[in-house]
Amino acid sequence: MEEATDTVPTERLEVENLHLWRGERHVLRGVHFALARGACLEVCGANGSGKTTLLRTLCGLIYPEEGRVLWNGENVRRDLPAFHATLAYLGHEPPLKSDLTARENLHYWIGIRRQLSAEELTAALARVGALPFCERQVRTLSAGQRRRVALAGIALLAVPLWLLDEPATNLDAEGRDLVADLICEQLARGGMVVAAVHQGLPPSVGNVTRLELAA
Amino acid sequence: MAWTWFHRLASPPHVYALAARLTPWFAWPAALCIAAGLWGGLVLAPPDYQQGDGFRILYVHAPSAWMSLMVYMTMAIAAAIGLIWRMKVAHAVAASCAPIGASFTFAALVTGALWGEPMWGTYWEWDPRLTSELVLLFLYLGYMGLRAGIEDPQRADRASAVLAIVGVVNVPIIHYSVTWWNSLHQAPSVMRLAKPAMPFVMVAPLLLMLLGFTLLFVALLLTRLRSEVLARERSASWIREVVSA
Amino acid sequence: MSGLESPAARTLAPVATPLVRGASRARTARSADAIEAARLALLRDLQLAFRKRSQLIQPLAFFAMVTLLFPLAVSPELSRLRELAPGVLWVGALLASLLALEFLFRDDACDGTLEQYALSGQPLTALMFAKTLAHWLLTGLPLALMAPLVALSLGVGPAALPGIVAAIAVGSVTLSLIGSIGASLTLGIKRSGALLSLLTLPLSLPVLIFGARATQLAIHGAPYGAPLELLGALAMLGITLAPLAAAAAVRISLE
Repeated sequence: MEEATDTVPTERLEVENLHLWRGERHVLRGVHFALARGACLEVCGANGSGKTTLLRTLCGLIYPEEGRVLWNGENVRRDLPAFHATLAYLGHEPPLKSDLTARENLHYWIGIRRQLSAEELTAALARVGALPFCERQVRTLSAGQRRRVALAGIALLAVPLWLLDEPATNLDAEGRDLVADLICEQLARGGMVVAAVHQGLPPSVGNVTRLELAA
Repeated sequence: MAWTWFHRLASPPHVYALAARLTPWFAWPAALCIAAGLWGGLVLAPPDYQQGDGFRILYVHAPSAWMSLMVYMTMAIAAAIGLIWRMKVAHAVAASCAPIGASFTFAALVTGALWGEPMWGTYWEWDPRLTSELVLLFLYLGYMGLRAGIEDPQRADRASAVLAIVGVVNVPIIHYSVTWWNSLHQAPSVMRLAKPAMPFVMVAPLLLMLLGFTLLFVALLLTRLRSEVLARERSASWIREVVSA
Repeated sequence: MSGLESPAARTLAPVATPLVRGASRARTARSADAIEAARLALLRDLQLAFRKRSQLIQPLAFFAMVTLLFPLAVSPELSRLRELAPGVLWVGALLASLLALEFLFRDDACDGTLEQYALSGQPLTALMFAKTLAHWLLTGLPLALMAPLVALSLGVGPAALPGIVAAIAVGSVTLSLIGSIGASLTLGIKRSGALLSLLTLPLSLPVLIFGARATQLAIHGAPYGAPLELLGALAMLGITLAPLAAAAAVRISLE
């Protein structure tokens, strides 16, 4: 199959001895893990334990005082834009402009990163169940609906590494199943997922390792 | 070998101790130079043939104006070092420079106004140098305002560093445009002295004052730097040892 | 923590879902290049602005109001107003463009889209330039086009109008660029209006000086090429340096 020869077999995310201070608080204390293709890392911890900070440091948005993040063995700091092109980050708030429709939002969000066809867009919206409301302005959508649109965007980016901060927030049980399914599909494709969660991922997601952050 | 020196400069406890040791070496010579300069300028130098005794304020005005610019340059360089190499101490130096530079700028403005009054009867003239000094004061105030406005100290350091660098690029542009503007309107300039070349007895005190002000700046910087380092590192363990000693 | 490769992951070929048919091609090269990304960023901001058309009028209304203050405060004599016109036009344009800076980054920083720009893998400098260009097209250019109306009300002759439009159009480019630096530095500071003015105005003085001079020469019918060229040079300098500074400031605000 053509996909197998195209994908890079050595994709690996490694984090070595990450220490980070926010002001005077020692937020990340020696975080250390490695993630290979098809694996998922679940980051757990109470509020304020640094889950969001860890994800943002993995993105390269925050600079750690000590330690490094390696992608395929190379320090990501060496070529941050190339690293960013291989990851998708979803923060607490879905990154959507409230005055644009869901479809328009995805058109711009994904289009800035890669060429996107209208069929792909429609297929992604259908996958997350957002077709009924995709032509309405985002300001009219509920929080759960916005999150579905954001998840469609993450899937559309088609990148190996997903960094998700509490992906199932504001979603009902069906929505939580959708998140689990999307993560499973990503892992099956040979991608990697790092998810910060409060209560753990649904059991349908396999190959999960837990990282506990102490407050 | 040189790198260890550089790295030691980046360590707050080392800088704190170094600053304490060096301050008297700058403070006393500064006092001497300023005293000698003032004596030379106010007493020994003869009156200017056009402006009489009024020109003597030059001995405070010119060094103040010069220092206001030098301090801004120092601040921008320290900020750039802090931004590029992520050195906390460099950011502390930049933060310490700002109020000192603003004070020099204010002093230059006040002495400039005082100089203008007996000559032209008004306290303010839109002279290009005074106008540039006023803009420089706003640049300092903007820098200090940005620092104060951002709560996170690391972010405040880095954002104000960008501002300082942008300011440094703009200072020559602003100065050129203000001079250009002034030349169009032929406003009188207070700052030019009558003779094209000043005799040595007039120049020497000026140079002494300049040197004295520079030494004063360094002494003040080192003192402020120590307070800055203390405030920034207040939760570090080495502070407790220093305070209890 | 290492050795997370399960045998299943190694033997399972990637599942080809409709979603990811383009994925492997996307992985080998950043498919959208920087120019395409900047174009989309520009279009997005323009489309957003047209969804909120009422906000576009505000800086123009402010410009008209401020210039109206002068005849009321000084004197309705057209000859006196004509003397003041360069200053009034430029101070008004400067303040109006300051007012419009709020729209530049605030919304994007709040809803997380600025963060996505920083994580897009595209040069943030290009995206900042696109945003600033959109800002100029939505504020600076309309101000320049509205300036003739204001100038005529201040007693300026019609022969001077092309020069005035040219000067404000070029000068407002630099004002938008300088404003983008101030706006990106003050991201996240509450009630930053006064601080933003304090940061932006001193840096905008050269534009004010050259622009007012060009306007004055135009009003007197004299050739205004020299200050206009200086305005152009400032704009060029701004285009080269300001997006870099704004991108650095945005990254700092995301830390």
